[in-house]
Amino acid sequence: MMETLLDPTMLSDFLSTSLRLSIPIAFAALGGVLSERSGVYNIGLEGMMLAGAFGAAVGTFFTDSPSVGLLSGAFAGALTALVLAVLAVSLGVNQIVAGIAINMFSIGVTAFLSRIVFSGQANTMTLPGYKAFAIPGLASIPIIGPVLFNKDALVYLMYVTVPLLFYLMFRTPWGLNIRAVGENPRAADTAGVPVNLVRYLCVLGSGVLAGLGGSYIVLSQVFLFSEHMSAGKGFIALAAIILGRWNPVGALFACLLFGLFDALQLRLQFANPEVPYQAFVILPYAVSILALVGLVGKPRPPGAVGLPYKRESK
Amino acid sequence: MLAALRGVYLLKGVWAILAALLVGSVLIRLGDSDPFEAYGALFTGAFFEYHGFATTLVKMSPMLLAGLAVALPLRAGQFNIGAEGQIYLGALFATWAALYLPEALPGWLHIVICSLAGMIGGGLWGFIPGYLKAVHNVNEVIVTLLMNYIGINLVSYFVSGPMLAEGAPYPYSDEIREALWLPYILPRTDAHLGVVIGIIFAIVLYYVFKRTSVGLSLATVGHNPVAARYAGMSVRRHIILSLAFGGALAGLAGAYEVLGLKYRLFHMFSAGYGFDGIVVALLAEGNPLLVAAAALFLGGLRSGANIMQRAVGVPTTVVEAIQGLVVIFVAASVAFRFESSYLAAAWRRRKAVDAALAAERREAHKAEDGEAKPP
Amino acid sequence: MEHHLVVDRVTKSFGDLKANDAVSLHARKGTVHAVLGENGAGKTTLMNILYGLYHPDAGHILIGDREIAIDNPRDALDHGIGMVHQHFMLIGPLTVTENVILGLEQSGLRLGLAEHAERLIELSRSFGFDIEPSEPVWKLPMGMQQRVEILKLLYRNVDILILDEPTSVLTPSETGPFFEVLGRLKEAGKTILFITHKLEEVMAVADEVTVMRDGRVTAELQTSETSPRELARLMVGRDVVFDISRSQGHFGDAKLKVEGLRAQNDRGLLALDDVGFEVRAGEILGIAGVDGNGQAELAEAIAGLRPVAAGRILVGGADATRASVAERKHGFKIGYVPEDRQVAGLDLNHSVAFNLILRSLGRLPFSRFGILDFKTIRAHAERLAGRYDVRLRDVDQEVRFLSGGNQQKVILAREIEDDPEVLIVAQPCKGLDVGAIEFVQNTLLDQREKGVAILYISTELEHIMAVCDRIAVMSRGRITGILKPEEATPERLGLLMAGATEDAA
Repeated sequence: MMETLLDPTMLSDFLSTSLRLSIPIAFAALGGVLSERSGVYNIGLEGMMLAGAFGAAVGTFFTDSPSVGLLSGAFAGALTALVLAVLAVSLGVNQIVAGIAINMFSIGVTAFLSRIVFSGQANTMTLPGYKAFAIPGLASIPIIGPVLFNKDALVYLMYVTVPLLFYLMFRTPWGLNIRAVGENPRAADTAGVPVNLVRYLCVLGSGVLAGLGGSYIVLSQVFLFSEHMSAGKGFIALAAIILGRWNPVGALFACLLFGLFDALQLRLQFANPEVPYQAFVILPYAVSILALVGLVGKPRPPGAVGLPYKRESK
Repeated sequence: MLAALRGVYLLKGVWAILAALLVGSVLIRLGDSDPFEAYGALFTGAFFEYHGFATTLVKMSPMLLAGLAVALPLRAGQFNIGAEGQIYLGALFATWAALYLPEALPGWLHIVICSLAGMIGGGLWGFIPGYLKAVHNVNEVIVTLLMNYIGINLVSYFVSGPMLAEGAPYPYSDEIREALWLPYILPRTDAHLGVVIGIIFAIVLYYVFKRTSVGLSLATVGHNPVAARYAGMSVRRHIILSLAFGGALAGLAGAYEVLGLKYRLFHMFSAGYGFDGIVVALLAEGNPLLVAAAALFLGGLRSGANIMQRAVGVPTTVVEAIQGLVVIFVAASVAFRFESSYLAAAWRRRKAVDAALAAERREAHKAEDGEAKPP
Repeated sequence: MEHHLVVDRVTKSFGDLKANDAVSLHARKGTVHAVLGENGAGKTTLMNILYGLYHPDAGHILIGDREIAIDNPRDALDHGIGMVHQHFMLIGPLTVTENVILGLEQSGLRLGLAEHAERLIELSRSFGFDIEPSEPVWKLPMGMQQRVEILKLLYRNVDILILDEPTSVLTPSETGPFFEVLGRLKEAGKTILFITHKLEEVMAVADEVTVMRDGRVTAELQTSETSPRELARLMVGRDVVFDISRSQGHFGDAKLKVEGLRAQNDRGLLALDDVGFEVRAGEILGIAGVDGNGQAELAEAIAGLRPVAAGRILVGGADATRASVAERKHGFKIGYVPEDRQVAGLDLNHSVAFNLILRSLGRLPFSRFGILDFKTIRAHAERLAGRYDVRLRDVDQEVRFLSGGNQQKVILAREIEDDPEVLIVAQPCKGLDVGAIEFVQNTLLDQREKGVAILYISTELEHIMAVCDRIAVMSRGRITGILKPEEATPERLGLLMAGATEDAA
C-alpha cells in the first residue's frame, strides 16, 4: 500500500481507478439529487442505471455507434423514470415501494431481453465504446493531470454536468421552483408553481442521468452487457446523496470518496488479503448513517421529500 | 359495507396480478415461447407437483417471516426496508450459536437457542434504526435501507475470514452438525420446518394484532398518535419495539435459511428475500394471515420459474420482471383511491407519528439549546 | 362613496354545514377593515373564497363596481388581492429574496437575485422597515417573517391585503411594530382585511369591523362608533336557554390546585403565564375566554400532555406536576375530555367498545397478561352505552360513524366511569345539538353532586353560566378575574376577555 502512495505513477493509476469507479455512481447520484430536491425519493436509481446500460448496449449493438448507444441509454433511463413519475407523482403511490418495484422489474426484464436481443453473446461481445483521450496541456500536470484529463468523453461530460446542475438548481428560476416544491409544495403551489410538472421533469431528469451512469459502464468500462451489471451502484448513490447533503457538488465529492474506497477495497482483496476489504465496502454506508444522525455534519433532506402532494379540494 | 370494500380491494390485487401476467405473456412471446405453456408449467409445477410444491414452501419460509418483519412495524406507522440486512444478521448470530456452542447440548434445545440467537441478531439490526428514529428523529426508511448493505458485507467479512471453512473454494463457513438441521416436513425434499414456524408466527401475530392490548395500542400509535399519547401510550417505546421485533422475525428467517436449508453460512445467501418481504407485506396490506398467503404465491412464482425454465425453456428472469410488474400494478391499483389507499394512509400515519414523537421528545428534553432551529 | 371591495351575499356550504350564509362586507379603500368572530364563525372560509381557494355557491364579489370571478390564487393576484395565511407559506431554507420572487413570471435563465434584493430593500424601507434579503427565512423571528409575507404581496402590486389572524404568531413586543406597518400600508392606499378574534386589536387598529357568527354577519360597524362590550356581545351572542337546574353546591376542600403555571405552546411562545387557581370538591370552575388564550394548553398541562416550565399542579394535596399521563389518569384520578374529540379523544378507526377502554387498555379487568378480554369489554361497553344513552347500532361498530354528540358521550362515559376526583372538560359542547348539550351539562352536574372537582373550559358563555359555580376568565395566558355567575354579565366578561384585569373578584 505504502509504495502506491509514494510512487507517482502508481498513485496516478490508483486515483485514476478511483475516479473511473466513481463515475457511474456520480451520474446516478446527480440524478437522485435532482429528484429528491423536488420531493421524490428515487430508490429506483439502480433499475434506471440498469435500463440505461441495456439501452446503451442495444443502441450500440445495432448501429455500431456509441453516441447512438448513449442516447438510447439516456432514453431507457427516462422511460423507466416515467413509470416512477406516474406512480409517485400522479397516483401518489408510496415512493419507496415504487422504486423497489422498478428495480425488480428492470433487473428481470433487462436480463430477459438481453438474452433475446444479443442471442447469448451479451457477455462475450465487444461493443464499440468511448476511448480515453488526453486534453492537451492539462493532461501534463503532474500526478493529477493524467488522472483527470486523460479520460473518455463521458467523464468529461460528467465534469460539465456537475456545475450545470449546480447552476440550474441555485441560480435559475427553475431551480428555485424545484427547491421550493421539495421543501414546501403547498407554499409553492400557493405561489403559483406547477408542483406536479416540476416533479415530473425532475424525476425524468434523474432517469436520464442514471441512464447515463449505466451507459458509462457499458460504453466506457466493460463494452458488453451482463445481467444486473449495475450491481448495487444505484444504492450507493443514495448514500452519496445523503453525504453530499442533497447538493450536486457535495454528492460528487461523496462519490469520489466512495470511488476511493472502492478502489481501495479492490486492491486490498488482491494485494493484502489479510486486511478485511469489506470494511471499505461498509464504510460508505456507515458514514452516511452517521451523517444522518448528525455526527458527520447534519444534512437536512428536502422538507417534503416522500410526501405526495395533492391540492385541497374546493 | 366495509366488508364489501375489503372484497373489492382484494379483487383489485387479483386484477393487478392478472395484468402483470398479461404483460409477462407478451415478454414470453418475444422469446418465441407459448405463454400458456409457460404459465401452465409454472403454476402446476409450483403448486401441484410434489417436488415443485416443496420448493415453493422452501422459498415461502423466508418470504413469510420477512413479510411479517415489515408488517409489524408498519402497524405502528414505520417502514422497515431493512429486512434483508436483518436476515443476514440473524443468520450470522444463528451460525455462531450453531458452531460455537458446546456440542453436548441436546439437538432440539440447541436449535431453539440458535433460533433465539437469530432473533437477537435481527432484532439488534432492527433496534438500531428504531432507536435512531424514536430518539433522534432519523428517517428510518433511509437507515434501514443502508443497513442492509452493512449487514450483507459484515457476513461477507466473517465467512471470508474468521469463519471460512477449511479449503473452501468460495466463502462459506463450516457446516453445522446434523443434529441441528431443521426437521423436514415433506420427505425426500428440502422443505423444512421453517415455513411451519413462519405460519405459526403469522397466526400469533394476527392474534396479537386483533386481541391483545399491545396489538391495538400499536394500531392506535400508527393511526392517531395524538390519541395514543392521550391514552397514555409511549409512542417512542412502540416504535422502537416494533422495529426491534420486526427485525427479530427477519433474523429468524435468516437463521432458518442456515438451519433448514444450507446448513452453512454462505456469502450472499439471500436472494433478496428481505425485499420480497416488502412486496409481500404490501400485497397483504399488513394483515399477517394474508402475508402468509402472499408469501405462498410469491414463493410459488419463484419455484415455478425454475420449473418453467427446465420444462419450456423460458428463462427465470421473466418471472423476476413479472414480480416487479405485480408490485407496480398492485400499488397503482390501490392508489386509484388515493385518500383511502392503505399506503397513503400508512404514509400519513408515519407523518403523524413523527409529529407525536417530536412532542414526546420535547417532553423528555425540556432544556433547549439557545440556537434557533429550522422548522 | 365607492367601496374598494364588496362581498355581496356570498354563500358557501360544505355538505350539510353552511360555512357562509349570505355574507356581505363592504371595505373602503385605504382602510383597515376587521373581520371579527370566533373559531368556526366562517371568517376563514370567506377569505379563502376571496383568495380563490374556494368557489362560492352563491353571491358576488366586486372590486370598485365591477363584478369579478376568482378561480384560483393566480386570479386573485391578478385582481390585486393577496393573502397572508395564519400559517405562513414561506419556505424555510430559502432566503427572503428567493421566497419573495418564487412564482414570479420570469423569463430567461438568470434569477437576478441581486437586482431583486435591491428592489426589496427599497420597497421595505418605503414601508418603514428594514430587511436582510439574503437571510434564510427560518432564521427570522416571526414578526420579520410576517413582513416577508407582506412584502411578497407588495412586490406583486397587491392592493387588497387579507391578513388571517396576523397577531396569533407574534409576541406582544412585535405587535406594536406590526400595527405601524399597517398604518403605512393604509397611507399608501392599500386596503386591509384583518381577520381576528381579538377584540382589543379591532379597537386599536381597525377603522371598520364586520362581526361574524355561525356563518352569518351580525353587524358591520365603524369602530369609532362602537365599544368592546358591544363587540363582545355581537361576537358571542345569545343561545337557546337550556333546561338545566343547578342546585346549591356543597363544596369541600380544594381538590385541584394550580400554582404559578408557565408553559409554552407548540410554537414555542408562552401560552400559560403564571396561572393559578383552585377548584374545590363538588365545584365546577369555568374557564371562559376567547379561544387561543391558553385554555387548550392549560387543559393539556393538567392532563399531562404538555410539560410545564414552572409551577405546580396539586391533586388532593399531592404533587402531580411530573406525573405521566397514565399516572395522572389512574393514580391521581384526573379525567380529561379533550377539546378535539376526533383527533385526541378517540381512535376513529376502532370500535366504540375499544374507545371506551382506550385509556385503560392494559389493565384489568379488560385485559389479563396483555390479552384482551373481549367479553368483558363488550359487556362494559353495552352497560355504558345504556347508561349514557349513546345511540348506536352495535358497540363493535367503528366510532367514526357515531354522531358528534354520541362520540362526546363515549368520551364522557369513559372518563366518568373511572370515578375521577378531578375532571377537566375542554369545549365539551362544541358541535353538539341541544339535546346532547343538555345531556352533557346534566352529567357534569351529577358529577358535581358526587364531589368531583370539575374544570370547565369553554368559549360558550351561556353554557358556562348555566353550570359553573365560579367563572375564571383567561386572556393572554393569565387569569384576569374570577367571578360568580350573578356577577358575570356578558359585558363584564367581555372586558375581562379583552385583557382588562379585575381588581375585585
